[in-house]
Amino acid sequence: MSDFRTPLSRVKGLGSAKEGTSHFWHQRLTAIALIPLVIWFAFGLASLPTDYASLTAYIQQPVIGVGLILLIAMLFYHAQLGVQMVLEDYVSSHAKRTLMIIASGFLFLICALVGIVAVIKILVGA
Amino acid sequence: MNTSSGHPTSPHVQIYRMPLTAVLSITHRVTGIILAIGAILLIWVLSALAAGPESYAKVQPVLQSWFGYLVLLGITFSLYFHFCNGIRHLFWDVGMGFEIETADKTAKLAIIIAAILTIATWVVAAGVE
Repeated sequence: MSDFRTPLSRVKGLGSAKEGTSHFWHQRLTAIALIPLVIWFAFGLASLPTDYASLTAYIQQPVIGVGLILLIAMLFYHAQLGVQMVLEDYVSSHAKRTLMIIASGFLFLICALVGIVAVIKILVGA
Repeated sequence: MNTSSGHPTSPHVQIYRMPLTAVLSITHRVTGIILAIGAILLIWVLSALAAGPESYAKVQPVLQSWFGYLVLLGITFSLYFHFCNGIRHLFWDVGMGFEIETADKTAKLAIIIAAILTIATWVVAAGVE
């Protein structure tokens, strides 16, 4: 049987969805990045008093502030990929599913940006 | 359903007892959704912190109410469960741990370690307050 795929498409390996295994791969990469970040952040936060001064002083340390920005970026990218997968599996209406994937994607993007701006604001003490 | 013929019938999904590995599989997704909501809560707290002491003063009592603690405890366990079970997934991704006995063992291990990490985090937090 003849193969209708071009040599270029076979080399690129991106399939009919045009993005190949990038969803799967990015989900794993963000998961690996989150392993140290999550443990560091959870125990770091637990060992702090919860008043305004202690929390802002903690975030104002450059290493902590930058780590927190990294965590927010990885966390929301991972959340977007995961929620997309859940929607793809459980929402059967194509229109509803597409709308929900777009809406949740925008929501997570906005949350990540708001969070990163908040950390930067605390970092520079504005 | 006709059961009078006496031949075995396949189990219905609602009376089928899910194996532990299947329970963990769906729990991974449920905790993932909980954590996505928890991440949005984190942004809410961070924004309040960035907006200044007055706005954080409105958030802090909510976090430290009994309901706030209950939500935070739920998020902590969800976090560590998703964390431990996620590491199981990463091992499967490289082809390790697919044997039924191994999968069962790591399932139990994930629950136990998640519980230990949850308790450890709250013991650390209780020591500070």
